Amino acid sequence: MLEFFALLQTVLSFLVVLTLKLLVFVAIASMALAALFVFFRRLKNPSGSEFELREIGEPFLFFFSKLASVVFVTFGVVTLVFFILHWAGGDPTVYMLGEFAKPADIELLRESFGLNLPLEQQYFKYIRDVLNFDFGVSYHSKKAVITLITERLPATIELAIAGLFVALLIAIPLGMVAAVNKDTAADHGAMFFSLLGVSMPNFWLGPILILFFSLGLGWFPVSGREGFASLVLPAFTLGTALAAILSRMLRSSLLETLNEDYIRTAKAKGLHPFVIVAKHAMRNALLPVLTLLGLQLGALLGGAVITETVFSWPGVGKLTIDSILSRDYPVVQASILLISVIYVVVNLATDMIYALVDPRVRLGGRPKQ
Amino acid sequence: MKTWFSISILLLWMLMAVVGPLLPLQPDEVDLSRKMQGPSAQALLGSDDLGRPLLHRLVYGAQTSFFVSFFVVGISVILGTFIGAVSGYFSGVIDLVITRIIDIFLAFPGILLVIALAGLLGPGIENVIIAMSCVGWVGFARLARAQTLSLVSRDHVQAAIALGSRPFTIILKHIIPLISAPLIVEATFGIAAVIIAEAGLSFLGLGVQPPSASWGSMIRDGTAYMLVSSHIVIVPGVTLMLVVLSVNLLGDRLRDWFDVRTRLKN
Repeated sequence: MLEFFALLQTVLSFLVVLTLKLLVFVAIASMALAALFVFFRRLKNPSGSEFELREIGEPFLFFFSKLASVVFVTFGVVTLVFFILHWAGGDPTVYMLGEFAKPADIELLRESFGLNLPLEQQYFKYIRDVLNFDFGVSYHSKKAVITLITERLPATIELAIAGLFVALLIAIPLGMVAAVNKDTAADHGAMFFSLLGVSMPNFWLGPILILFFSLGLGWFPVSGREGFASLVLPAFTLGTALAAILSRMLRSSLLETLNEDYIRTAKAKGLHPFVIVAKHAMRNALLPVLTLLGLQLGALLGGAVITETVFSWPGVGKLTIDSILSRDYPVVQASILLISVIYVVVNLATDMIYALVDPRVRLGGRPKQ
Repeated sequence: MKTWFSISILLLWMLMAVVGPLLPLQPDEVDLSRKMQGPSAQALLGSDDLGRPLLHRLVYGAQTSFFVSFFVVGISVILGTFIGAVSGYFSGVIDLVITRIIDIFLAFPGILLVIALAGLLGPGIENVIIAMSCVGWVGFARLARAQTLSLVSRDHVQAAIALGSRPFTIILKHIIPLISAPLIVEATFGIAAVIIAEAGLSFLGLGVQPPSASWGSMIRDGTAYMLVSSHIVIVPGVTLMLVVLSVNLLGDRLRDWFDVRTRLKN
C-alpha cells in the first residue's frame, strides 16, 4: 500500500508539472491562433455577412479567448501573490533567526535567499522560477516545496471530490423535492435546511459531527486520514454548505424549467411524473447548477483549508495554514498559487463543458439564469 | 414570523453588544474553581475551561463580530460601488483594467486570500478588517458594474450627459440611487459572510488575540474540551449559527421585498 502511494505521488508530481507546462504552452499558442483567427476573419469578411464563418469559427474563438483569459488571470494571480507576500509578509529572515540575531547573520541569510536584490529583479527571478516550477525550499523542513505539496495533494483532491459527492448527494434530491412540492411543508422544510447549511460554519459543524459520531457513537475516527471511515466526517463537513447553495439553485432553476411548454407536452403524453422531472426537466435545470458548481469550487477549496485543520487531514490546506502560522513563505506562496490555479482551470473546464452541452453559449450569449 | 424571529435575534445581540460594556460583565475573569461548569444561576450558559462565564464572553464576542462585520462591509460597499460604477460608466480602457483586476481577485478562493493576508499581516482586529476589506470590495464592484452597465443607456442618464453634468455627479446622483437595492441585499449577505469569516480567522488563531473574546476563538477553545464538557463548544456555535441564520433570512426577505415581481404576485 505504501509503495502504491509513493508511486502515485511520483506520478502526480510529474503530472502536475507536465499539465502546468502544457497549459502555458497551449495558452500561448491559442492566444496567437485566436489573434490570427480574428485577423483573417476581418480580412476575409470586411463587410459583415459572416454568418457561415461564424457558425464554424465561433466555438474555436470561444475556446481560445477563454484560454487566453485563463493565462492572463494566472499571470495576475502569480503577480498578486508576489506583492502580497512582500507587502504584508515582512522580512522572513527576522522570523527565522529570531529578534536577537546578529545583523551580519541576517544579511547573510537575506543574501542566500536573494532578498537583498532590488524588487524588480526579485520579481523577475520569481517569475522565472515559477515558470520552471521551482518554488524553492521550505524554510523549516528544508525540503523542496514542490515535493511537500505533491505529497499532500492526493489527500486534498480526495477530500474535495468526496465533499463534492456529498454535496450533490444531498442537493439533488433536496432541490427536486422542494421544486416539485412548491410552497408545501416539504418545500419550506428543504429550504430551511438549506439556509441552515449556509449559516453553519464548517469549523463548528466539524467539531459537532466529531462530538456526536466519533466521541458519542464511536462510528468514525476523530481525525487523521486512515481508511474510508476517516473520510466520512470531513466530507460531510465540507459538502454541507455547498449542498445548501446548490439545492437552492436547483430548486429555482427547476421551477423555471417546469413551466416550459415541453414539460406540459410530456405531461399530456401521460408520462410518469418522476420521468418528467428526472429526465425531461433535470437536463435543462442542471445547467445553471453546473455553472454555480464551477464558481463555488473556490469556496469548496477554501473550505477544505479549514476542514483539513479541524480534522488534522494531511492535505494542502492544512499545509497552508501551518506554513502561514510558521511564516514559511515559499510554501505559502506555492500552495496559494496551486489552489488558485486549480480553481481557474476547473472554471475553464466548466465553461467548456457548458459550451459543449448548451450550444447557445458558444454561439454567443448565455442562457438566462 | 421568520422575519420577526430573525429581527429580534439580531436586535437582541446588537443591543447586548452595545450595552455590554455598561453592564457588570467579567468576560476575562479567570476563576478556576468554576471551570467547565454547566449552566447554573451564576453563569446562565455555564463557564469555560478557565471558569470564565460563557454568556459574558458571548456578549463581548458579539461586539467583535458586529464591529468587524459592519466595518468591513461598509468599506467594501463604498469602495466596491464606486469602483464598479466608475468601471461601468466609463467603458473602454478604465473598464478593461478594472474588470481584469476584478477577474484576478476572483481567481482566488476568497477565504483563502483572507486567511493568507490576515496570517501575513499578523493577528489583531485591524489586520482582520484590512484583510477582509481587501477581498470584500470585489463582489460589490462586480455587481455595481453590471448594474451600471444596464443603466448607462437609460434616458435619464443620457439626458444628464446631454445637460453637461459631470460624470462624478451622474454616478452619484443618477446611477447609485438606482443600483442601491441589489447592493443592499448583497451587503446583508455580506454581513453574514464576514461574521463567519471573522469567526473562522479567530478559530484558526489568526483573528483577535486572547484574552479578547471572539465567537471563533471560543469554538476553538471548546473543541479541546469536547469530551469533558461539550457545552463550551456548543454554546458559541449555536449563537453564531442563529445570528448568521437571522442575517441570511433577513437578506432573503429584503431580496423578495426589493424584487417588484414577487411583491406584485403576493
